[in-house]
Amino acid sequence: MARGRVVVSVDRCKGCSLCVEACPQNVLAMDTKVNVKGYTPAVAINPDKCTGCTFCALVCPDVCIEVYREKGGTKNG
Amino acid sequence: MDNLVFERTKGLTKKEFSYCPGCTHGIIHRLVAEVLEELNVLDTAVGVASVGCSVINYEYFDCDMQQAAHGRAPAVATGIKRVNPENTVFTYQGDGDLAAIGTAEIIHAAHRNENISVMFVNNAIFGMTGGQMAPTTLPGQKTTTSQNGRDPYVVGMPIRMSEVLGQIPGAYYVERVSVHNPKHIIKAKKAIKKAFQNQIDGKGFSLVEFISTCPINWRMTPNDSLKWVEDSMIPYYPLGVVKDGDKND
Amino acid sequence: MAKVLMKGNEAMALAAIKGGVDAFFGYPITPQNEIPEYLSRELPKLGKVFVQAESEVAAINMVYGAGGAGARVLTSSSSPGIALKQEGITYMAGSQIPGVIINVMRGGPGLGGIQPSQADYYQVTRGGGNGDYNCIVLAPENVQEAFDLVKESFDLADYYRNPVMIAADGLIGQMMAPVDIDKETPKLDLPEKDWATTGMKNRRTKENKDVDPNIIVSLSLVDTVLEEMNLVLQKKYTHMRENQQRYELINIEDAEIVIVAYGTSSRICRSAMEILKEEGIKVGMIRPITLWPFPEKAFAEIPESVKGLLTVEMSMGQMIDDVKISNNGKLPVGFYGRCGGVIPEPEEIVNAVKDFLGGLNG
Repeated sequence: MARGRVVVSVDRCKGCSLCVEACPQNVLAMDTKVNVKGYTPAVAINPDKCTGCTFCALVCPDVCIEVYREKGGTKNG
Repeated sequence: MDNLVFERTKGLTKKEFSYCPGCTHGIIHRLVAEVLEELNVLDTAVGVASVGCSVINYEYFDCDMQQAAHGRAPAVATGIKRVNPENTVFTYQGDGDLAAIGTAEIIHAAHRNENISVMFVNNAIFGMTGGQMAPTTLPGQKTTTSQNGRDPYVVGMPIRMSEVLGQIPGAYYVERVSVHNPKHIIKAKKAIKKAFQNQIDGKGFSLVEFISTCPINWRMTPNDSLKWVEDSMIPYYPLGVVKDGDKND
Repeated sequence: MAKVLMKGNEAMALAAIKGGVDAFFGYPITPQNEIPEYLSRELPKLGKVFVQAESEVAAINMVYGAGGAGARVLTSSSSPGIALKQEGITYMAGSQIPGVIINVMRGGPGLGGIQPSQADYYQVTRGGGNGDYNCIVLAPENVQEAFDLVKESFDLADYYRNPVMIAADGLIGQMMAPVDIDKETPKLDLPEKDWATTGMKNRRTKENKDVDPNIIVSLSLVDTVLEEMNLVLQKKYTHMRENQQRYELINIEDAEIVIVAYGTSSRICRSAMEILKEEGIKVGMIRPITLWPFPEKAFAEIPESVKGLLTVEMSMGQMIDDVKISNNGKLPVGFYGRCGGVIPEPEEIVNAVKDFLGGLNG
């Protein structure tokens, strides 16, 4: 059962894929559609495996990712 | 409903970064901004932007900023801090700015033990102008002005600025960190926090050197760039505390 | 009114304190060393800032930072040192930062010498930095005027949010003279420095949250925005041209020849004019006090009796360009100058006037 959730602001993302590599659970991948900037943004393809560890948000150079965790999580890693 | 455990810091404005995809300037900006917010000094902060890719970071930090001539940020910061010591003054400089044209200014800011915090981002090249060789370019590293690779016989070996500054008596705290993976990002944030706490406590000159990437000019993917940091940059630029005034007391 | 016998450099340093300076950033260079020496002793007593920087380049950038943070700031140097400060000065102009720069000029080019000279006229009036910008440049003729102009310059700098330069020279800096140190100088009512980077603390409050930070910057990568920034500066420079042209007219009413000279040169010409008067040769003088804006208005007051203008400079002729521009072809323009730090004798000027006059009548 998913204990975390990520929200990517799709149009800020530049498709650098650092978050995809950093995610220990392979939750993220590069989308096939392009965003307003013409980049293929990050998208959660396995959202259920997300633990809310915030690694993706930590490595995102454009601060595009917000992370939610089920009650009881601590803030900002 | 679940809690929000990671959100954009108030230390950053809403403006999108102009940096290339995967450039770790963005991570460093976020860490500095988070520290300003968490130490509650956003409202006394005055940052000094240098000349390089990060020149317009005066649009990204949500505090008063000044844009300095290439290499002169430590002098500008000295002027600001001396007339308004209650301000929390920091510079944000690249290796072209600090290790090339600005060596006198950074060495003398350390020499005078100016009570400022210096964020020094080292990506081994001049990024903004298109990837030229910098004093920090590694031996053999190809750049647009060392197209056959840096030849130490001709242009010498790269300068380790943290070590240079570390042996200046006036320098209080100098640490080199990296942001190439979450573990190192968390460690880097601790170093930034210490650099600013030192200033708040009036301990004097603090500098954090960040090994950073430049995917576009290194001609690598963003993730390969992080690998190159680990495999090539860090061996030449060892991470860790170069000097800590707290330890010598 | 207390008169104190002081060296020119020390008088200018005291004048800065009287002018309300908050911070001085400088670097040693002859012949201006008494300015940092005096201020290194006096400013700390007043709780003000004194820093000897690692170079003139660093010093002017400290001025940039402190001025941008709202302080009244001063630096001083001499010719080659002023050359090093040019980038910082254009940054100040571009970012609209007020500050005062005292230039105690010496012989050039290159390392030159340490004797007085006026061979930096182009540099100080045309701007040695890049881009369309100007500094108000004030040229004192003697120690008292140097005191007055330095004291007044801080208000001028704040009023226009622009660098102001004092173009003195080694003679004025090193000479001693009695100085009325309580002399009042013109005051301007000055706007708040709400643009200064003092931190958001008192500006961003609960009531008005979305206040933008203050940013000191001269950069814009958008040409039309940079053009707008330039036009703001140009409006100031137009105002300066209209309101800040300062000059002195001496005996030009029925003069045959009018000398144009400033600073130490004009002082020497006064003696020459006395000698010539005894020989029945009526010579007047236009003495620019502002080198920029150049006092074109003075030239409209030249009477019909005048046959020619003789420019006298301690250089090989630089201000003569502005004299010709203002004269606009009306009268013949002659030149007499010495360079390298040589100070002309009054007799040399007397002979130069006679030769020039001879040429006109011949």
